[in-house]
Amino acid sequence: MSASTPQTVLMASGARRSRTSHALVQNVGLVLVIGLLAACIIGYCVLFVVTQHRFPGGFELTSTLDNTMPLAFAALAQTLVVLTRGIDLSVGGVIDLTNAVAAQTLTGGPVATTLWTLAILLIGAACGLVNGVLVAVGRLQPILVTLATLSIYQGIAIRVLPQPGGAIPPGFTAVLANPNWPTSLLYIPVIGGLWAIFRRTRLGVAVFAIGNDAMAASSHGISVKRTVILAYTLGGLASACAGLFLAANATAGDATTGDTYTLTSIVAAVLGGVSLFGGRGSGLGALFGAFVTVMVVNILFFAHIDPLYQTFYEGLFLLAAVVSANMIGRAVRGRR
Amino acid sequence: MTRPAVEAVEVGKSYGGVAALTAASFTATAGEVHALVGENGAGKSTLIKILGGRVRPDTGVVRIGGNAVSLSGPQAAHDLGAWTVFQELTLLPWMTVAENLLLLRETKGATGLISRSATIRDADALLARYGVHHIDPRALVEDISLAERQTIEIVRAVSNNPQILFLDEPTSSLVEREVEWLFGQIRALRTQGACVVFTSHRWAEIRSIADRITIFRGGKDVGTFTEIDEGEAVRLMTGRRVEALYPPLPPMPNAAATALEASAMSGPNVRGVSFSLHAGEVLGVGGLAGHGHRELFRMLFGDATATGGQLTVHGKTRRFRSPRAAIAAGIALVPEDRKTEGLLLRMSVRDNATLVILKRLTRFGVLKPAEERRAAQSVVDSLRVRTAGISQPVGALSGGNQQKVLLGRWLLAECQILLLYDVTRGVDVATKHEIYELVLKLASEGHAIVFYSSDAEELAHLCHRVLVMREGVVAAELHAPGITAEDIVSAAVRDHLAA
Ligand SMILES: Nc1ncnc2c1ncn2[C@@H]1O[C@H](COP(=O)(O)OP(=O)(O)OP(=O)(O)O)[C@@H](O)[C@H]1O
Ligand SMILES: [Mg+2]
Repeated sequence: MSASTPQTVLMASGARRSRTSHALVQNVGLVLVIGLLAACIIGYCVLFVVTQHRFPGGFELTSTLDNTMPLAFAALAQTLVVLTRGIDLSVGGVIDLTNAVAAQTLTGGPVATTLWTLAILLIGAACGLVNGVLVAVGRLQPILVTLATLSIYQGIAIRVLPQPGGAIPPGFTAVLANPNWPTSLLYIPVIGGLWAIFRRTRLGVAVFAIGNDAMAASSHGISVKRTVILAYTLGGLASACAGLFLAANATAGDATTGDTYTLTSIVAAVLGGVSLFGGRGSGLGALFGAFVTVMVVNILFFAHIDPLYQTFYEGLFLLAAVVSANMIGRAVRGRR
Repeated sequence: MTRPAVEAVEVGKSYGGVAALTAASFTATAGEVHALVGENGAGKSTLIKILGGRVRPDTGVVRIGGNAVSLSGPQAAHDLGAWTVFQELTLLPWMTVAENLLLLRETKGATGLISRSATIRDADALLARYGVHHIDPRALVEDISLAERQTIEIVRAVSNNPQILFLDEPTSSLVEREVEWLFGQIRALRTQGACVVFTSHRWAEIRSIADRITIFRGGKDVGTFTEIDEGEAVRLMTGRRVEALYPPLPPMPNAAATALEASAMSGPNVRGVSFSLHAGEVLGVGGLAGHGHRELFRMLFGDATATGGQLTVHGKTRRFRSPRAAIAAGIALVPEDRKTEGLLLRMSVRDNATLVILKRLTRFGVLKPAEERRAAQSVVDSLRVRTAGISQPVGALSGGNQQKVLLGRWLLAECQILLLYDVTRGVDVATKHEIYELVLKLASEGHAIVFYSSDAEELAHLCHRVLVMREGVVAAELHAPGITAEDIVSAAVRDHLAA
């Protein structure tokens, strides 16, 4: 087209909604999870003051953040896969495996530790790659593939580290999960930044596009196979990060430590507004969702809920949060 | 200017046992607008999918720009300058208009990353350049109308400066003015020497824009013409003669009961619409897309909430909170977008056809399979659905045949009040004729019908009365006999002209 004026005008400019109104409506999930997090923090502080007769301080901040980091990475891993309209049940298995390998290998000096850390990240990515290839090339259901690989990765993890143990170098812990200083305050913006970058790459767009409609995306020239494989691989990488942060936190390894993360990562992603139908949501939301999940556990602890009933209340909370988010989302969108 | 731009030579394609194309050939040259016509299921879309790189042919040769090509995917076609607007739209619903328009060519910022604001800005400029600036680049595709989605698909393809442009039924959800706009774009491309191949079931359009016409029948081409009249074309397409496209309108019963009465109905995009509908009447609704018809239909069907006004059904005041309630009151809606609003594409023709009458087909909650089969088969027979059998998934049917299944589902439901929303969208001439006869037969049997169509000609011939909507209000009410398509169009755009 050379002409700068249109040859045929269908309709002149109509009334438009403002930029902010669009942004709010389209990111309602993110807005809600931030609100939820704020409510949780307030609730937590009130309960803390009532029960402990003082304000939560640096120790509480550091330990909460350190507890959240593994889940934040697991939720990110889950989000990457769920956005493609898949699901990754092997998140827990990859965490087990990478955590076990960390316990066996991270024992030497800084150079060896760094090299092994990189190797462990590669192991995680390789696990994700296997999932991705089976789903994309093997045309198998994501839920079946990852259910199978979950068991396989768990099995290998037990082989690698039959008994909980290992001695993670203090230097490693000091970098990832320093007990005296909230190092996580550094990592959270890094995760946010990485997500923002991802969202602005071709791959990021492709992940969302195939989650919207894989057929349509492929008829625009997006390679569905490549995108799915990369999404699972990046997911595996993120799960490996979770495994490493867990090792740093515990200063030791345990081949079953990741098991609960399969389900909690899904919970965190859903709380963060990620749609299980794919194509909608954000890693940022999942990050906040992870914080909410951890805060709820903290709140239940300070509310002196019998630990036996803890999961009951967690479930209740999840249900209430998802139902009300759904209702608010609908009201904001106006219709349907 | 007679260089062949695109050629198909004896192309064949089968799906399982079903042959979609047997040996289809045609040639289109640069600077030409070439129409492909044929019945529903004749293989037009299959051919376009092959030429657009989305489907691989089993046999035959495809040449683009004179060279035999084997397209590995849509991207390969794009690289050769061939762009396609597929019949089933391919926009991504939860992404913005801007992201969809510029997918894979997003505007990058200084960092090499995609810049959202620049993408919005460029999409906005693109929309303005193509004269469709009323569409908001920040809106989600999910929230814009079907006509706007179609427009976006067209703008995206055209803005890539195609050498060859394939348009598969681009006008099926557009109204006159939008079709004019599209033809403006097509003419501009032709002037620049591009080749445009399109399909349509509307003869008037084909006559006004196509330089040559290739007719398909049963997966094969049966001839290419520069000049051919409609009767002859229909005969070649169907092997039958259709005497008059529009059957005569039966008279309205004199003392018919009022089936539906809307008074001052308001809601999103609809402002104070009142009308009454009698048993035996076909009430047309027309006007430009986006002027509230869709919302009005959804409101009548309980799928959108009315904020004001009153609805009376068979003398009783009603307030529907869900389509379920409307169906229970005897109201059926055949919606526009079969892909997202109506059909379960992976399920069989049988399951889709009998979906709303399942209750009637069960005993103690257990389905009676023989009756279900019979009901589904009756739909296939009475509407001449071209399918390998009632257990085929609906997604494997051609577009027009999918539409027939959807219509058939609601005919089975035996609702007294039928809301037909663009039911002949993408349906071939012969079947259109059958649907018209069916609609008028239903009316003469006492059904009350509200009929929206994007084709003004259709409204003019088929309706006892036509309400023309503009900006959410009824701008004109026209009475048969003597309604013409021109009356409807001019009532729809009156103030655009006055301005
Ligand atoms: N994916 C598929 N699986 C099985 N059969 C298919 C598939 N796609 C198309 N067909 C069959 O191929 C035939 C041709 O379909 P096609 O969509 O090309 O027709 P068409 O000419 O475009 O019709 P319409 O005017 O209704 O759009 C139909 O009988 C259809 O059932
Ligand atoms: Mg077709």
